[in-house]
Amino acid sequence: MPERIEPLAVTACSATSALGRGCAAQATALREARGGLRANDFSATPLECRIGRVAGLEAAPLPHALAAWECRNNRLAWLGLQPDGLLDAVERVIARHGATRVALVLGTSTASIGATEEAYRRLDHGRFPPELARPALHTPHSLTAFVAAATGIAGPTLTLSTACSSSAKVFASAERLLRLDLADAALVGGVDTLCGSVLFGFHSLQLIAPAACHPFDVDRDGISIGEAAAFAVLERVDAAPDAPRFVGYGESSDAYHMSTPDPEGRGAKAALQATLARAGLAPERVDYINLHGTATPKNDEVEAQLLARFPARTRASSTKGFTGHTLGAAGALEAVFALLALRDGVVPPNLGCRTPMPEAAPWLALAPEHRRLDVALSNSFGFGGNNACLAFARADAA
Amino acid sequence: MSTTLRLAVRGIGAWTTGAPDWPALRGVLLGTTALAAAADAKPSAAVLPAAERRRAPASVRLAAEVAAQACAAAGVDPASLPAVFASTHGALAITDYVCTTLARAPLELSPTQFHNSVLNAPAGYWTIATGCTATSSALTAYHCTFAAGLLEAATLAVADSTPVLYATCDVAATGPLAAMAQTTRAFGAALVLDPVEAGTARLRLAPVVRADAPPALSATLDALAAHNPTTAHTLAVLQALAGRGAQTLTLPLSRGLSLHMEITP
Repeated sequence: MPERIEPLAVTACSATSALGRGCAAQATALREARGGLRANDFSATPLECRIGRVAGLEAAPLPHALAAWECRNNRLAWLGLQPDGLLDAVERVIARHGATRVALVLGTSTASIGATEEAYRRLDHGRFPPELARPALHTPHSLTAFVAAATGIAGPTLTLSTACSSSAKVFASAERLLRLDLADAALVGGVDTLCGSVLFGFHSLQLIAPAACHPFDVDRDGISIGEAAAFAVLERVDAAPDAPRFVGYGESSDAYHMSTPDPEGRGAKAALQATLARAGLAPERVDYINLHGTATPKNDEVEAQLLARFPARTRASSTKGFTGHTLGAAGALEAVFALLALRDGVVPPNLGCRTPMPEAAPWLALAPEHRRLDVALSNSFGFGGNNACLAFARADAA
Repeated sequence: MSTTLRLAVRGIGAWTTGAPDWPALRGVLLGTTALAAAADAKPSAAVLPAAERRRAPASVRLAAEVAAQACAAAGVDPASLPAVFASTHGALAITDYVCTTLARAPLELSPTQFHNSVLNAPAGYWTIATGCTATSSALTAYHCTFAAGLLEAATLAVADSTPVLYATCDVAATGPLAAMAQTTRAFGAALVLDPVEAGTARLRLAPVVRADAPPALSATLDALAAHNPTTAHTLAVLQALAGRGAQTLTLPLSRGLSLHMEITP
């Protein structure tokens, strides 16, 4: 088992999803059990499903100076950087430590593939149309290069792309950079946007639910896809002793199958155990778990087995019924949801579940629950059997 | 400025057309041999089970081949070895297929090609083939991919006191995308990095304020790099590892940093 780590302070965070822009919009919707899924009005080719679409992206162009990075994914990144004083926090850490001492680690699975898809739809004699012939846009690093240009961050810079665990793993990479004194602060996060690749890709795998997803329901029948941007600024605890803390993480591989989880959940268990070990926490200390809970029959079956190690006072929910599965952004989005749960003392409900799976029912919060929460976990499991788990705690946790 | 990371290089793997392993590429880098004329078209990737090998795209076969070579050279069992896979562009031919299919008939997208299109497909196939349950990741940093990936792998090795596999691979672009991602040749390399420095080849890594000019390559290596900066940077490091004396190299790491490397073969 890994050794305990020094916690880091989360000095700013924000999320933008189908629930709205910024933390207040997310927290209100979660507390009021008001979901953001709507009928698929995104794909030109009809596909019957619900999606978690961010409203207003089409009318939110990038500022002129950043126009070379124009595409849906970077628009969502830019929109996601605005609320909750996030850009002020980035400016502050740059001023305090210098731009090269601030790391940028972002997760994405789509990056700006939507722009590449568009270029292929509009080929001009086999060539990209001139306005889309921007090479840096058609790479998986487009998001992070854009955010570096938009914020001025100049320290270690990386895109992690491990499908649905991408933007959970960014917290782990940033922690190592700070622990080894390769950076003094980090902007971490994830951005994924709706595009043909994910809608028709998950459709081809027969993993998309025809209606809104039902995580941990006995009749669950697949995922709803969403889009989101979520970010957090990490610093050492002495910079902000009262800020909520990132206290542990665990990462593992299933070594089982490319698109199906290990039925025994060994990789997920290993990630969870490593998280608790790095955080120095017993399972009894965990108040809330934001589950991966994609609502595929297999994911939820495997993940439900993990709950048995926790006491029934540990509450758990998937928030995919609110936002859809935001894929490469899910790790960071749900990390922010875990932080909001700690801040507000509200367990978000497992929206969309009518008849809970018996093996998950004792832990599952079907309605919002108000109580003090000191420690929260967030699970993210991706294609290729790529698992990550994160732990957060209130600064004044008992 | 900040920490220096110290690592031993326990094993090296490499594959490109005409130089299908590290001894062959080492000869090319030292100028003692030429690229083989009758070249293998694709990596054997014997580490993958036959059925997986058939389904696996070129990017996965390449990554599995160089990773397996490096582990064999290092004499380490991949099953417990954290793995970091880096690529500038990912599976370019699959991106071309996915975008072409979406433009024509989205409902005909192949599920296998879709799951092969994720940047972590090499990490997925590798961990499945080797039974590796340690952490695995897939990353990119465009023209800074080699140094950024090396720093991530080295950081993981030092922070968790464990050997780490670091592989970097790019494949040739196809279709209209080739005009954007100018990579014309498959190239992959892998290193097994060990934070216990004793014995073998050594690396010392430290981020420094960005130096503008990456190292110039010989005409032969420039042709091998085939317009891909990640391949060019990998070749510069491998050439230093192939030589006799200690060398220093400085490779672009981010907008503001370069990675300063002391390489002792």
